[in-house]
Amino acid sequence: MMEMLEKLMISNALVFAFAFVGIIMLLSTQLAKRLTNGRVHASAIAILIGLGLAYWGGTQTGGKMGLADVKLFGGIGLMGGAMFRDFAIVATAFEVHAEEARKAGLIGAIALFIGTVVPFIVGASIAWSFGYRDAIAMTTIGAGAVTYIVGPVTGAAIGASSDLMALSITTGVIKAIIVMVSTPALAKFLRLKTPRSAMVFGGLAGTVSGVSAGLAATDRKLVPYGALVATFHTGLGCLMGPSVLFFATKALVG
Amino acid sequence: MIIYGTALLAACHLVGIYLGDLLGKLLGAKSNVGGVGIAMLLLIFCRLWLHNKGHLKHETELGIGFWGAMYIPVVVAMAAQQNVVAALKGGQVAVLAAFAVVALNACIISVINKMEVHEDVDNVKNVATHQA
Repeated sequence: MMEMLEKLMISNALVFAFAFVGIIMLLSTQLAKRLTNGRVHASAIAILIGLGLAYWGGTQTGGKMGLADVKLFGGIGLMGGAMFRDFAIVATAFEVHAEEARKAGLIGAIALFIGTVVPFIVGASIAWSFGYRDAIAMTTIGAGAVTYIVGPVTGAAIGASSDLMALSITTGVIKAIIVMVSTPALAKFLRLKTPRSAMVFGGLAGTVSGVSAGLAATDRKLVPYGALVATFHTGLGCLMGPSVLFFATKALVG
Repeated sequence: MIIYGTALLAACHLVGIYLGDLLGKLLGAKSNVGGVGIAMLLLIFCRLWLHNKGHLKHETELGIGFWGAMYIPVVVAMAAQQNVVAALKGGQVAVLAAFAVVALNACIISVINKMEVHEDVDNVKNVATHQA
């Protein structure tokens, strides 16, 4: 019996994932209502449950894909993978008020630029203070502080070792998770209320995953504005990391 | 038909990501540059254009709206496949760098967004003086 059930779930992985995430959403909506009186957004709780399950999956399998590495939950990997994620993000653009987005275009671009340079400097400086004194190590860790994709792309381009790349990816993943978890709590401090403020947030907070989950847990209406800017983050980072930022670091530390 | 909406969304997605790849290659970035953002802009323009032409039927909109509404569940699935174990064990450098970056960026975001309120206040003042 159990074996048949397991087979059914594995051969219908994506369908099972839809049902499973539906249950998580139902659970988190009830938790939000009953435990927090609606103060904490249901999506925030759902994302935390997701991260918790990812931790559990990681300890079970020793893999890198959280829950998706558990055979039974392979469908989660497809449902939350880059293809569906990007498809759903693009779909949210349908709700964008073109005029609002255009008005905040410039400040969004400025935020994007600051959001690439500042994390790099902070990341590289902390790497330096921990004894990573050569330009390649500092650049790779600094790039990881931009996003967890910029890190390895930059590292590969400038010839960093694999343990440096791993450290840089980890920095980016931790950043994304902190943004996901802390955004709803910091929403007031960040003044996340308007489309413009969401675009500034998207540019500065970086990482599509962090921004999209953080905004989803704060105010679903703001998601497309933040995502619109954040999706340029990785591209700009991969552009500047192995070039301008690497050369600047090299000029500074030799 | 609903599929028209979903197909339009899919077309924008594919063209956007292709253009992003092309842009990345052109700039020598070794990655996609803003593909999803370009796809979003394409969809915004398509909507405006179709709306003005009167070709945008409610059914078509549903074919896109469904995927927009699936966004949060997809994000939950995305959260469930993060490498949380590695993140928690990540070593001091990674943890400290990530926290410092988020904290500093939060302050910058707060400052920039504070200016928005000031602008609004200025506008109100200008209008007020104008009226006076």
